[in-house]
Amino acid sequence: MAELTYLQAISDGLRGEMRRDKRVFVIGEDVGVYGGAFKVTLGFQEEFGPWRVIDAPLSETAIVGGATGAAMMGLRPVAEMQFADFVSCAWDHLVTVAAKQRWRAGTPVPIVLRLPSGGGFSGGPFHSQNPESSFAHIPGLKCVCPATPEDAKGLIVSAIEDPNPVLFFEHKHLYRRIKAEVPEERYTIPLGKARVHQEGEDVSVITWGAMVHTAAEAAKQVDGSVEIVDLRTVLPWDEQAVLASVRKTSKVLVLHEDTRTGGFGGEIAATIAEEAFEDLDAPVRRLAAPDTPVPFSPVLEKAYIPQVDDVVRTLKELISY
Amino acid sequence: MGAVAIARVAEPSGSLQEVKEWGLDREDLLLIYRNMLITRGVEERGHILYRQGKIPGSFYTGRGNEAASVGIAMAMGADDVGTPLHRDMGVHITRGVEPWRIFAQYMGRADGPTQGRDGNVHMADARLGLIAMVSHLPALLPVAVGCALAFRIRDERRVAVAWFGEGASARGDTHEGMNFAGVRRLPVVFICDNNQWAYSTPTHLEYAVEHLADRAQAYGFDGVVVDGTDVLAVYREAKRAIEKARDGGGPTLIECQTLRMEGHAVHDDAFYVPKELFERWAERDPLERYRTWLREHAEMTDEQEDEIAASVKKLLNDALQRAEESPQPDPSTLLEGVYATPEDLDTPHHK
Repeated sequence: MAELTYLQAISDGLRGEMRRDKRVFVIGEDVGVYGGAFKVTLGFQEEFGPWRVIDAPLSETAIVGGATGAAMMGLRPVAEMQFADFVSCAWDHLVTVAAKQRWRAGTPVPIVLRLPSGGGFSGGPFHSQNPESSFAHIPGLKCVCPATPEDAKGLIVSAIEDPNPVLFFEHKHLYRRIKAEVPEERYTIPLGKARVHQEGEDVSVITWGAMVHTAAEAAKQVDGSVEIVDLRTVLPWDEQAVLASVRKTSKVLVLHEDTRTGGFGGEIAATIAEEAFEDLDAPVRRLAAPDTPVPFSPVLEKAYIPQVDDVVRTLKELISY
Repeated sequence: MGAVAIARVAEPSGSLQEVKEWGLDREDLLLIYRNMLITRGVEERGHILYRQGKIPGSFYTGRGNEAASVGIAMAMGADDVGTPLHRDMGVHITRGVEPWRIFAQYMGRADGPTQGRDGNVHMADARLGLIAMVSHLPALLPVAVGCALAFRIRDERRVAVAWFGEGASARGDTHEGMNFAGVRRLPVVFICDNNQWAYSTPTHLEYAVEHLADRAQAYGFDGVVVDGTDVLAVYREAKRAIEKARDGGGPTLIECQTLRMEGHAVHDDAFYVPKELFERWAERDPLERYRTWLREHAEMTDEQEDEIAASVKKLLNDALQRAEESPQPDPSTLLEGVYATPEDLDTPHHK
C-alpha cells in the first residue's frame, strides 16, 4: 500500500483504467499539456498520446455532447469540467440527452464527468459550488462524492465501469489535504453503498464529501459517541445504511456543504421521517450552507460553509435532547 | 443586407450519365423514388391517424424535405451514423426503419422504437446507425461530433452526419460542435435543413448572413448550398462531403434549401407564411420533380411508376394494420431501463 493524497488516488485510478482499457480516454480543457487545472491528469498525455488525452476548446457543451457521442460509439470517455460550476454550461447534454437516452431510446451512455467541486479557498460564487443535489434529482444520472483517497480510487474505477452517465464530484478542498494508504491493485467500490466512517451509539451524522472530515473533527469535541455515515454516492443513495444507523442511535444530523433548500439532505430527512419515525428520539436536524451563492471573502465563506463548531453545537443539542 | 456569399452554390442535377458517374445505377434511382414515396406516404397517413384521434400529443412532418432527407441518407455508408430530426423521415426510411414501427411510435404503442416512452419522430434504431433526437435542437449536433471523434480516435473510416435546422443554427450547440469538429478535422458532415421558418420566425429574423453555409468558412471547412428539392443534387453533394470526411478531409456544412410545406406541427396552419411562397415552392415539389426527371432521363415507364406506387401503398396499408394491432405499453414497465445494465452494452458499438 502506498500513501496517496485524494488527488493522487483519483489520478492513480484513472491512469490504471486507461492502461487496462484502451476505450477509456480523457477530454477536457487544459487536461493535456497542462495536466488539468488541478493536475489530476499530469503526465497522461505523454503516456497515452494526444488522441486519448484531448485538449478541448472552451466548450462544455461540445465536451459533454462529444463524450456522449463517443460513448454511444463504444468508447468510455472521462470528461473533466475545469470546475464543477461550469457543468451548468453542459446541463442540457447531461440532463436532456445522456440521462434519458437509455430509458427512451435504449442507448446506454457510459460517460464519466469529473467535477472539481466545493469551497473553502475563496473561489467565490463560480468556483466553489456543490451542485450534486441538482443532478441527484435527475433519473438516469449517478452522482458520486468520495470523501477518502481509498474511496476516490475505487469509486472512479467503478464510475468508469458503470454503463450510465456518472458525475464524479471530487472535492477540491480534499485534493491535497487528505492523505491515506491506498491499495496499489485495481479495485472497485459499488455505487450506492454507504460506508460507516466511524461507529457510534448516541447520534448519527449522515453526510458525504468534505463534510465527512468536518463531522469527524466535531465528533472528537462532543461528550458522546457519534456515528458518521459517509454516503459515498447521493444517487443512488444507500437508504438501508442510513436507516440502520438511525435505528441504532435514534438521533440524526444530516450534514452537507450545498445549500439547504432543495438540498439532498431534505430527501434523506423525509425518508427517515417516513421509514423510521418510530425509532427517533429527537427531530431530524439538517445542517447545510445558507440559501445564498458561495461568498468570496474568507470571513463570509467561513460563515457560509458548515464549520466544525456548527456541527459540535448541533450534535450537543441532539445528544442532550 | 451587406453580407457577401462565401459558400459554393451547387449546380442542379444533370443527365443519367452524370448521375451514374456518382455511383447510382438505375435500380438505385428507382429506390430513391420509392423511399421518397414511402416518406411522404408515412406522413400523410400520420395525418389521417392524427385526425382519427389515434396519435396522442402533437404530430410533426417534413413535407417538402423528402428529397433532402432521402438524398443525404442514400449517400451514407452502412457503418456511418447520423442524428436525423423531425423533418428527416426519409433518413429513417432509407436506413431501413420499417413503417409499421413508425406508425406504432406515432400512436405510442409498445412496438414503436421507444415503446411509447417518447413520441412522434423522437426515435431511432441504433442498429441502423441512427441516434434518437431530443426536442432541444440541435443538442444532437455535438453528439454527432462525438461519434466522429470516436471514429478518429479508433482510426475508423466512418462518418457521422449531423442534422440541424436553420432555426437551431442560432444556438450555441451549433457553434461549439462545429468549432470542435473544425479544430480536430473530424469526419462529420453537417446538414442544415433550411426550410425558411423556425416555427413562425422567418430567416431574416434568424440570421444575418447570406447563406448559413457561409459560416463554414469561419470554422475552417467548406460550405455548400444545395437545392433541397433536387434529390440527385443533394445526393451528389452529400456523397462528396461524406467521402471527403472519410478520407480525412474534415467536415463540410451542406445547407439544403427547402420550404416547410406545412405548419410547425399539425396544430399550426402556418397563416404567417405568404400564400405565394407556398405556391411557388409547390411547383418545385421534390417528388414531382424527381418523377419527371426519372421519366425524362431514366426512362421510367407508366408501368414501373404504377408498380412502385402500388407496392408502396400496400406496404403502408399493411404497416398501418400491423401498428394498430400493436399493444399499448404496460405501465408496470415504467421504471425499467432508467439505468443501463452492463448487458445493455452488449451491442455492436460497445465491443
